[in-house]
Amino acid sequence: MVNKPIVITGGRVIDPAQGIDRLADVLLKDGVVEAVTDAPGTAPDGYEVIDATGMVVAPGFIDIHTHLREPGLEHKETIATGTRAAAAGGFTTICAMPNTEPNQDNASTVEFVLRTGREQGVVRVMAIGAVTLERAGKRLVEMAELADAGVIGFSDDGNPVADPNIMRQALTYSQITGLPIINHCEEPSIAGAGLMQMGVIASHLGLTGVPSEAETVMVERDIALAELTGGRLHIAHLSTRRAVEAVRRAKERGLRVTAEATPHHVSITDAWVYGLGGATPDDGALSTVAYDTNTKVNPPLRTNDDVDAVVEGLADGTIDMIASDHAPHAATDKECTYQEAAHGISNIETAFGSCMVPVHAGALSLEGLIERMTAAPARFLGPTAGGKGLGSLKPGLPADVVVLDPASEWTVDPSAFFSKGKNTPLAGTTLKGRVVTTLYAGEVVHEAGVAVE
Amino acid sequence: MARTRAATTTPERLRGQSGNTENETTQASPVAHRKPGEARPNQPPMFGGLSGSRRNVLDLDDFSKEEIEHILQSADGMNEVLSRDVRKTPTLRGKTILTLFFENSTRTRVSFEQAGKVLGADVINVSASASSVSKGESLLNTVRTLEAMKIDVLVMRHPHSGAPYYVASKIDAAVVNAGDGTHAHPTQSLLDLYTMRRHLGDIVGKKVTIIGDLHFSRVARSDVWGLRKMGAEVTVCGPPTLLPYGLRPGTEQADSAAFTGINVVDRVEEALEGADVVMALRIQQERQDSGNLPDLREYSKLYGINADRLALASPGALLMHPGPMNEGIEISSEVAHGAQAVIEEQVSNGVAIRMAVLYMLCARSRGGE
Repeated sequence: MVNKPIVITGGRVIDPAQGIDRLADVLLKDGVVEAVTDAPGTAPDGYEVIDATGMVVAPGFIDIHTHLREPGLEHKETIATGTRAAAAGGFTTICAMPNTEPNQDNASTVEFVLRTGREQGVVRVMAIGAVTLERAGKRLVEMAELADAGVIGFSDDGNPVADPNIMRQALTYSQITGLPIINHCEEPSIAGAGLMQMGVIASHLGLTGVPSEAETVMVERDIALAELTGGRLHIAHLSTRRAVEAVRRAKERGLRVTAEATPHHVSITDAWVYGLGGATPDDGALSTVAYDTNTKVNPPLRTNDDVDAVVEGLADGTIDMIASDHAPHAATDKECTYQEAAHGISNIETAFGSCMVPVHAGALSLEGLIERMTAAPARFLGPTAGGKGLGSLKPGLPADVVVLDPASEWTVDPSAFFSKGKNTPLAGTTLKGRVVTTLYAGEVVHEAGVAVE
Repeated sequence: MARTRAATTTPERLRGQSGNTENETTQASPVAHRKPGEARPNQPPMFGGLSGSRRNVLDLDDFSKEEIEHILQSADGMNEVLSRDVRKTPTLRGKTILTLFFENSTRTRVSFEQAGKVLGADVINVSASASSVSKGESLLNTVRTLEAMKIDVLVMRHPHSGAPYYVASKIDAAVVNAGDGTHAHPTQSLLDLYTMRRHLGDIVGKKVTIIGDLHFSRVARSDVWGLRKMGAEVTVCGPPTLLPYGLRPGTEQADSAAFTGINVVDRVEEALEGADVVMALRIQQERQDSGNLPDLREYSKLYGINADRLALASPGALLMHPGPMNEGIEISSEVAHGAQAVIEEQVSNGVAIRMAVLYMLCARSRGGE
């Protein structure tokens, strides 16, 4: 590496993997972390200085659930734009979900994603393989070959592995790779044609509801199958109270079960479908902002009680990590009726601000949140992540660092997103907590502009 | 499109729903509550008191009682026009009304067409299949294209709930919801209210019992809004699988304005007792296949309105049905064509109500807003 060494001075360094939470300087050299000092001091000669006074300095975030849309859906996102958006969100490692066209159910597509990530990405791109061919839930992919190609786990993504026997076989066979099966737990026969969370709001809007139990029954099923097979189960975007409780019990029994939660499921509710920033319309009278298609996401935005339960799960470790489920879409995918609209929220650039909602509310500590975005996903990735590991500022690890201002307020403006996907219900909303600077392998890959008033 | 947003949403509690009442938007929404009685200088004298700032008719949830009263009064005048030998007035001459139906409907489309033509407007009918449109041209481009041909009112039926809200946010023409998915059908509710009023006088305190599939019924949803605004006492009864969440036994209704103040009764006999109006809803054949019902036979046995059951209601109670009827299933032929049925009158009144609605919306655009 030819770049100048960097010292990030005066910040509050939080590195949960090492138990560090102190004012210190972070020295980066040759693309790796050189040291975290005992206390802030004088910047050494020859180092470029990044002043982080009043800021929090942490390892770069890791996202194990990102939709990069390339190959095949480049009108929604590309690996180049998606990684640039990730950098703006403070993420230095992201894992590409397999619902591309073609699917990541074969080694050549996986290799394409990884190679394009290296060549065009501004942060590290890892890949997740499909569980079944075409993500159709029928025949397992060649898991050993995909593992050799570098996948970090298997998932049929938006398609739950519906057939219990296929799930059982997947959890069994995948053990030759040591990699997890990541399931989107939503029982299709119960979810049916549901468009949003079942409840009075869905009834009011005349939209078919998805009951929380669609998630619960498949989470319970998968936990039972994990117990039967001894396989590694990871539950994507846990979103309901009952499912959180199920995972908590599974962990108490010592099963190999991990779980993630999204930024939207810890910060907003089904009331947002009204299009009023979470408010309920006066006297129940809808206006033309109702049916906000940008709130359509799978699993759906849940109730306040579910949000509380997910945050509690994050706080007590039942839910291991935050994962974005960043789902960029083209404008036309959301310019339509609620029923026609595509599922998903472009959220990797707002992830930290959304996750700070429960932190500012006192339900989750800042150190806890950072652990869930760095050390925990790094443990999940394990030694497959290039040998040395990620998600920490230990000397010798990649110099992936994020500088955060937890108290800074900013207004979400999708037109300023680096992502091609402008689909967010948070447009115009004020978030508190922003990413100031992101460094990947010792290079600055994102610097926020002057704070928005 | 500018967003209406609670200005005081705090980052600590984006969340929404409960505890947010003080944050509710007070900003004027695009569907503004109209100030009733604001006269327009160039308003034709014959249907006075109707014009206002209302831009769209999407559901009755944003109507005031006074506004509904005005439309019902106006419909009396329209009925008078319909009873003439020459059923034609020049009132909306030069106005263009487009009916755009993404679902089949003879009754509602013809009703709007007749309403527009009697008032002298040009009426263009377009049928479209939602699926073919979504494969090619988007809904947005379809309505923008049609609007570019200069239309004043778009009357729209669509199989997706909320579709007319989306369209209304994108075009300048007035939008009338002629039925959206399982959400709303406001002109049906207005004609129901009008029919009740013609027979019962004031609706305040009258007991209206709605029987059947309330879950999938857009008519019922709009009726419930209209009836409560007019002060009626609403009772609903139906199979638990066909009651919306919020009305189903064991689900809360208190925190939603959409479901407060409705009596939910398990047994149809109890629901009918003392009713001034009995409304049977259409039951759709598909509900057997979707697992909502064992079969139509059992539905008919438990919830069908027949002479014995109708006798439990108040003497002379009105029997209504939004149509089309499945005679012998939700309603017996005997009562459907009996002395208490006002079902055909609902259809006739539908034209008068739609005339009143179209007039109101065109009077607004005439006012030059």
